[in-house]
Amino acid sequence: MPDTFLWYVTRAAGAVSLVLLSGVVILGLLSTMRVQGKAWPRFLTTGLHRNVALIAVVFLFLHIVTAVVDPFTHLGWGAALVPFSSYYRTFWLGLGVIAFDLLLAIIVTSLVRNFIGHRTWRAIHWLAYASWPVAVIHGLGTGTDVWSFWFMLLTASCVGVVLIVAGYRFMAGPFDPLHTARTVFRGSVEKRELP
Amino acid sequence: MRLLAGRTLSAGPEGFAEHTARLGSLPHAGRELTQVVVRSGLTGRGGASFPAGMKWRAAAARHAQVLVVNGAEGEPHSKKDRLLMSTRPHLVLDGALLAARAVRVKEIVLYIGEHHTIARAAMERALAERPAADRKHFRIAAAPARYVSGDSSAAVHLVTTGIALPTNAPTAPAIVQNVETLAHVALIARSGEDTGTVLVTMAGGVARPSVLEVETTSTIADAIALAGGATEPPRAVLLGGYFGAWVEIGQAQGLTLDPAALRAQGLSLGCGVVGVLPGSHCPVCETAGIMRYLAGESSAQCGPCFFGLRALAEASGRIATQGSNSEDLQRLHRWAAEVKGRGACKHPDGAVMFLQSALSTFGREFASHPAHRARRTA
Amino acid sequence: MSRQYELIVDRIRCDGRGLCAELLPELIRLDDWGYPIISTGPIPDHLMPLAERAVEDCPVLALTLRRVEQGKRANR
Repeated sequence: MPDTFLWYVTRAAGAVSLVLLSGVVILGLLSTMRVQGKAWPRFLTTGLHRNVALIAVVFLFLHIVTAVVDPFTHLGWGAALVPFSSYYRTFWLGLGVIAFDLLLAIIVTSLVRNFIGHRTWRAIHWLAYASWPVAVIHGLGTGTDVWSFWFMLLTASCVGVVLIVAGYRFMAGPFDPLHTARTVFRGSVEKRELP
Repeated sequence: MRLLAGRTLSAGPEGFAEHTARLGSLPHAGRELTQVVVRSGLTGRGGASFPAGMKWRAAAARHAQVLVVNGAEGEPHSKKDRLLMSTRPHLVLDGALLAARAVRVKEIVLYIGEHHTIARAAMERALAERPAADRKHFRIAAAPARYVSGDSSAAVHLVTTGIALPTNAPTAPAIVQNVETLAHVALIARSGEDTGTVLVTMAGGVARPSVLEVETTSTIADAIALAGGATEPPRAVLLGGYFGAWVEIGQAQGLTLDPAALRAQGLSLGCGVVGVLPGSHCPVCETAGIMRYLAGESSAQCGPCFFGLRALAEASGRIATQGSNSEDLQRLHRWAAEVKGRGACKHPDGAVMFLQSALSTFGREFASHPAHRARRTA
Repeated sequence: MSRQYELIVDRIRCDGRGLCAELLPELIRLDDWGYPIISTGPIPDHLMPLAERAVEDCPVLALTLRRVEQGKRANR
């Protein structure tokens, strides 16, 4: 049945997006941690981070389009861009839209990074730490077969790896070797109030 | 005309009335003063010896908005700027007002070391004696007690953002001029020509370490004599402070304290500190001590400066305390060449050139240094 | 006559990430602490694509390409 076919594609593309986006987050964390090996140069981490993100966008696009055109869900195109505007599973779908909007902001700013400067780019890039968990929750909340074994296993694996790598990144302290010295020095040269 | 003419230096700051009686009132000088300054050949006394007239022209072309009177004096042994501010504050204020008018700047910031309370009090009192029309252009900012606070870009950064960090490019269109340079301007505007004197801080192995005003035709030997003579036969002179160069005493004694003449010999008066190294002091240990200080004063914004100077300090420290070894000597040469020019400001360059002058002047000592405990620096 | 460019690094922004030296070892090597030492002078034409990639890939946007004007001083 065509309805079921579209639905399968939506769920499959969603699952693939979840895996790819988890990979993007992990690669981003590895990039900050300056990981490097004999056969793994740093530009490989950066390059993969970008390219996997772009592939994820393709699968997300597929996921969203098939969901919108699926006659069963009665979603309009507006529902894909405006959070909480659908009648179908309003809340959980809305989360997906939010996650997607945040991701769009991240990707667009990355494409024009040279024009907006590093600081602005970095500030918006931090939204990734909001986008990814919201996407995960969206995945757990929508879909009729969410509680199936394979999807739970998939989600648990992605979340597990991301949490481990993120845990290491945030616990292992600043990876910039100048961070401490720079902070200490700054503290010593801030403006003195005149008595 | 001399900067330090007038009442004796120990008698405190010269007041406005006395200053005006001695030198006349502030000359009316506008943009044509820039030409006078160019013709006088006045060079900056902050360390870089940059021609003041050229700096004024560039500042006017850039529409500079603030004049920073640089009295930070972060160089540990230098005392001349403090002395000028605490004994002849009106010379400094005159110079600042003249420069501001010539360059069409309305805002003047007196950048004074945070711990230099006497100098600051004298400048505040002098400001209060001035007519309101002049006084309103000034404000005072405290320079944090770090070596790089005196860097021009750090001074401008403090004025604009409140943190004295050196930057790649100036954060505001500003002109920064050393206190002594402006004091000279105050006299040049009245006489039409250069004063022909410089202020030097005599330090180290002299009987009376002090600030001296000497003619630019004087030699270092003259200056040492004026400071009471050397306490013992000297080995060398550090000319220009910690960013300066070591010179063998034989060559140093004949050098005239004239910025142009020194530049022709590849040397510089720098911030005016003339440090005399007594013969009994070990030049390797002195150099290592100064390198350790300079490494600690890095603003830690650029890797090559922070890590490079630290490594250079550690290697020279090892040679000083544990004796010469070829690996550390090679490292000193290699790292010095690699670090130079790879910081955002001139701090690593100054430190490296200081070290390179030590390696060149004291090559024999660096190659054959015995192990012994590091001595205190002069 | 094609334009020539040189690589300029913002020393304060540079974090010693080292991607530039991986991408353009012909012109960039790292010092003992991981910070780039860049060869002076204009970039050879055949290396321009890699130079552009290095500029693009720098995680902190510390690298830029600057047009070389005749007679101006070279950068390290």
